[in-house]
Amino acid sequence: MHTLEIRDLHVALTESPDKPIVKGFSLTIKTGEVHAIMGPNGTGKSTLSKAIAGHPDYAITSGDVLIDGKSILEMEPDERARAGLFLAFQYPSEIPGVSIANFLRAAVQARLAEGEELDATGYYKKLYSKMDLLKIDRKFTSRSVNEGFSGGEKKRCEILQMAMLEPTFALMDETDSGLDIDALKIVAEGVSAMRGDKLGVMLITHYQRLLDHIVPDFVHVMYDGRIVKSGDKSLAFELEAKGYDWVKNELVTA
Amino acid sequence: MADTDTLPPADDTAVNPVGGIDQAVGNFQYDVNYEFDAGTGLTEDTVRYISSVKKEAPWILEFRLKALQTFLDKPMPTHWATKDLENIDFSKIRYYLSQGQKPKRTWDEVPDDIKQTFERLGIPEQERKFLAGVEAQFDSEAAYSNIKDIVAKQGVIFVNSTEGLREHPEIFRKFFGKVIPTGDNKFSALNSAVFSGGSFIYVPPGVKVAQPLQAYFRINAENFGQFERTLIIADEGSEVVYMEGCTAPKFSTSTLHSAVVELVALKGAKIQYITVQNWANNVFNLVTKRGVAHEDAEIKWIDCNIGSRLTMKYPGVVLKGKRARGEVISIALANDGQHQDTGAKMIHAADDTTSVIVAKSISVGQGRSTYRGQVHIPKHLKGCKNNTECDALLINTNSRTDTYPAITVRGDTHAVQHEASVSKVSEEQIFYMQQRGLTEAQAMSLAVNGFVNDLVRQFPMEYSVELKRLIDLEMEGSVG
Repeated sequence: MHTLEIRDLHVALTESPDKPIVKGFSLTIKTGEVHAIMGPNGTGKSTLSKAIAGHPDYAITSGDVLIDGKSILEMEPDERARAGLFLAFQYPSEIPGVSIANFLRAAVQARLAEGEELDATGYYKKLYSKMDLLKIDRKFTSRSVNEGFSGGEKKRCEILQMAMLEPTFALMDETDSGLDIDALKIVAEGVSAMRGDKLGVMLITHYQRLLDHIVPDFVHVMYDGRIVKSGDKSLAFELEAKGYDWVKNELVTA
Repeated sequence: MADTDTLPPADDTAVNPVGGIDQAVGNFQYDVNYEFDAGTGLTEDTVRYISSVKKEAPWILEFRLKALQTFLDKPMPTHWATKDLENIDFSKIRYYLSQGQKPKRTWDEVPDDIKQTFERLGIPEQERKFLAGVEAQFDSEAAYSNIKDIVAKQGVIFVNSTEGLREHPEIFRKFFGKVIPTGDNKFSALNSAVFSGGSFIYVPPGVKVAQPLQAYFRINAENFGQFERTLIIADEGSEVVYMEGCTAPKFSTSTLHSAVVELVALKGAKIQYITVQNWANNVFNLVTKRGVAHEDAEIKWIDCNIGSRLTMKYPGVVLKGKRARGEVISIALANDGQHQDTGAKMIHAADDTTSVIVAKSISVGQGRSTYRGQVHIPKHLKGCKNNTECDALLINTNSRTDTYPAITVRGDTHAVQHEASVSKVSEEQIFYMQQRGLTEAQAMSLAVNGFVNDLVRQFPMEYSVELKRLIDLEMEGSVG
């Protein structure tokens, strides 16, 4: 078992470090668990996931992030990735001229020891089996990464990458945004297929509907940069029924 | 013979399986004793010396002397060109260095001190693998030149310029200096005065040379000027692919490379000319390249400019016959301290001619790339087409790119299209790739390779693999 521990994390934009966005976020995720983070827009959900992944626009002003007890904050984004951290982006970048197959190949190669060559046959075998699992057409991987993709294709591409790179912890940032119900199902099926005791998931979402398809072990409500309420999946239903104002009001009265 | 004690260790850099376009691999120098040396500086005596050691016909000496005068009379291009040209000191350059004028036909005969250079660059290995013929030029002269029997039996001539003018004047004299006249520009005049080496190729009617012919240009000496002269004639209905590679070691002083390349594609012939240059970043690379395409003929330049301090090169095609086709595919990568001033010229001179220019440049760090293009379609012609596309990629906010497309179209039956784009490798893209486990350098490299991918796919396999390796190396060095 592995753990991802987020300890009293404070995050601000690098260019304005005195305006905190994430304000004391704490959570421990173990492999085998799926944690849903829900909250209204502008509460710091995306900032949290990007800061953990090491995005240069965000500065961690205090607190720590540890994988198996070791801080990852001094690591470059690529080192964090190779340490087992995967971020499924809300808005994945386009890489013109680089096919998905070649991109993934470079990513897999980057995980090998220096001097070790990728086994191309084995790589394609694995790629095709993951594509079959996610019901992705073979032609898909010859397209340039995210270039001209629909919202659904972009998310599918993220899920395929996640399946290939087999991370220990996946941070999924609004993976459901911009998806119609069919695309949502495909993404959810993909995540469910990967779910297991080797993977810990932090699922960031604004809406409850994704959680109909990926049933979380824990639900946390994030508000104003930190977790204000935690529970099981029933909390998600309650949120859906009562709206985020309910949490807000509860905070005020508390 | 070189003193082996002074040789750099053979394993200090990765061995390049193909050779020729990897700066780290090209950066070495062996001591060589030159039998023939024209000394430093350029006078009439320099020109006479070069002509005499080559035992040239009187008309060639006359051609050279006239060219010297043209060179001296012509000013540097100043109004549009970079001021860096003024830093070339012509009096400090050595214009001719060689161990002899007759290239060897087998590698065994090549003197050891020169052979080790080409072996280290992997040339003999390439030749065995996929080439129809090889010429390996070391400073001023070809040290080795050979063509496979099967190709020679078809009547294909593949020799150096000295031999071409001496042994086959009836073929080469007719076109020599006709595509690019001496006075075309100051550097074509300089080349015409002191030219040495380069390839002279003749492909007889209907002969399609199946494998590429390759020339490899190596500068070994410091303060040296390399002035090869290449003339390729593809007779009616013939086809040939020619590739050239270039390297030089890194010296503290500047080196000059100023070639003239003339191509003639007669009726229905096809010439493809591929350059992958990887000069060290002290080399002034000032090259004039032009081809004439006759009726239904096709000339395609594939030009990859990596390295050098300043490159000024605009391969051109004069579309002389009906339905002739010209194409320039250009890739330039300008890293710190480098200026790639490259582009293309398409001169339409017959009806229904087509030209295509695709230029992609990458500027990294403080590197600067410039696209200069000229397309000319006069009024009296009908049905001409040109398509120009120039794309620039900037990596880092200090890099610079300029585009100067000059397109003159007169008449109303032509179709001309010009597209230009500038894009940047964004921090967001790099972060995305890093999040998948690639280092920053690997991420940049991948972005650059993606940017040129559609062009690289047109290259012969061996060259596209090497170009990718080279981009990887350049990007590795550009991450602080």
